[in-house]
Amino acid sequence: MKQLVILSGKGGTGKTTVAAALAHLASQEMSVVLVDADVDAANLELVLDPTKQEEHQFMGGQLAVIDPEKCTSCGTCAEVCRFDAVITGDEAYSVEALACEGCASCFYRCPEEAIRMEEQQDGQWFRSNTRFGPLFHAHLFAGQENSGKLVTLVKQQARLRAKTGADLVLVDGPPGIGCPVISACSGMDLALHVTEPTVSGVHDLQRILGVTEHFRVPSLVVINKADLSPARCSEISAFCAQRGVELLSHIPYDSVVTEAMVRGLPVTAYTDGAVAGALGKMWVRIRDQLFT
Amino acid sequence: MITTVASGKGGTGKTTVAVSLALSLVENGQRRSASHPLFLDCDVEAPNAALFLTPTIQQRREVGYMIPEVDLEACTYCGRCAEVCQYHAIAVVGEKVLVFPELCHGCGSCTLNCPTQAIHEILKVTGTIERGWAGSIEFAQGTLNVGEPMPVPIIRRLKQWAIPPKPGDRPVILDASPGTACPVVESMLGADFVLMVTEPTPFGLHDLRLAVEVARDELGLPVGVVINRDGVGDTGVESFCAREDLPILMRIPLDRRIAEAYSEGKTLVEVYPEYRKRFESLFAAVRQLAATTNGRGGQ
Repeated sequence: MKQLVILSGKGGTGKTTVAAALAHLASQEMSVVLVDADVDAANLELVLDPTKQEEHQFMGGQLAVIDPEKCTSCGTCAEVCRFDAVITGDEAYSVEALACEGCASCFYRCPEEAIRMEEQQDGQWFRSNTRFGPLFHAHLFAGQENSGKLVTLVKQQARLRAKTGADLVLVDGPPGIGCPVISACSGMDLALHVTEPTVSGVHDLQRILGVTEHFRVPSLVVINKADLSPARCSEISAFCAQRGVELLSHIPYDSVVTEAMVRGLPVTAYTDGAVAGALGKMWVRIRDQLFT
Repeated sequence: MITTVASGKGGTGKTTVAVSLALSLVENGQRRSASHPLFLDCDVEAPNAALFLTPTIQQRREVGYMIPEVDLEACTYCGRCAEVCQYHAIAVVGEKVLVFPELCHGCGSCTLNCPTQAIHEILKVTGTIERGWAGSIEFAQGTLNVGEPMPVPIIRRLKQWAIPPKPGDRPVILDASPGTACPVVESMLGADFVLMVTEPTPFGLHDLRLAVEVARDELGLPVGVVINRDGVGDTGVESFCAREDLPILMRIPLDRRIAEAYSEGKTLVEVYPEYRKRFESLFAAVRQLAATTNGRGGQ
């Protein structure tokens, strides 16, 4: 069983478009388990038409709650809180749930024992069926932390499933370089970086390649919307060569990508034009790298 | 007047809008003053605004969070630190105390609760914050070091350092990261208004809905929408805004010239100077909405 993660650094470069196409293409040749690791803005489900089979609570962290009956507004909690989560006022204090990191510092210091720690549901995760294979995905509740933990959890579930006989675990990663990205990277056999030929794309590609190098995950690069700037494409190409990372292919900009998204389809299942052709060649190269 | 530019989905044009807005609020060649726009790039995982504003950086600081260091002379190995730590970032094993910096949130609880005051804290550097000027725009940005997991402490320090305690009327523009999780919340806390930049596609709509949930429903902030690449997808975003009573404050059409300029680090107002007027009006509308909408009470 091999594991592939799609990353980008910069958001909106086309990770999910590429992931959906790979899910479609790979599933014609092998057994695939899919993971959407972008747990705060999960979009893979929009083009895979999943049917939910299981739904679970994700208990991520805890939250401080102040009992207004016992609170004397002494100010100790606000003093010890480093996350500015205590809302002070003339009357009893309260806690801004989105700012609280659940450290319990206030709980231990409150002289009135007016604070309790409550376990908090930070999200949900699902196992669904799609026409390309089972999908493990999640929904982190608005503004919650612990996205890294939730990513680790859905990946574990997908791996358990894959051990019963799948060939490929395909992970659609989150943007950025922080905790959910690190969780998405860990233990992967290969990372595919989807970039775009813009100054931001180049800048963020350098940062995300730093992350995969740091965690020793081999990388491949693909340039999406490649015809936007030949100059930036050459820059990426030179940069990849210098870094010893293979640049797989160039996907042209084409409105069929958005048309496919509007119809809820992977672009390779919607059309067989230049975009689908480039994605097809890319898949063959990835397959060879993973399985030979 | 603090405005956070957010989106949910990545790549919808947050930086394009935030940068063009800041540029539209100053005259070329104007002298610098404390009433000029202040721009903060809060996307510390992928900070890109500097590529467009090309600021001259004047100050730079290493930041991060405080992690415990144990003085073994004073430590009695009682285990209280490990007991109070909610992140399993400190453990006492026999006559050894182990600290796991990557799990620590820097809350200071172990230090406060140590009965023999054997713990002091040292800075674990996880990024940098910088500030300077881009013409007459005051500029600040944070950068998370590669390999570090936690962006929030960098954003928090950046805001504390760069935003004056009472910004008053001064336009303060925060460029947030994509998504809807904790770094986005940190970029919205303290804002007077959240400007959502979206694209009219199913992905744009799906993530816009989640971002509005955070800004308006959870944080109680007034929200307005900019539709970028207008005409590209479907009408889902329009219907959503109408249904949710979200004002659409600007539309930027799908235009290859804008995309090509972006790829070279050029801003929208450089390609189409006539957009300056539109961004000025956008900001006037934002001011008005921020003043009249009491987000938390109004919903």
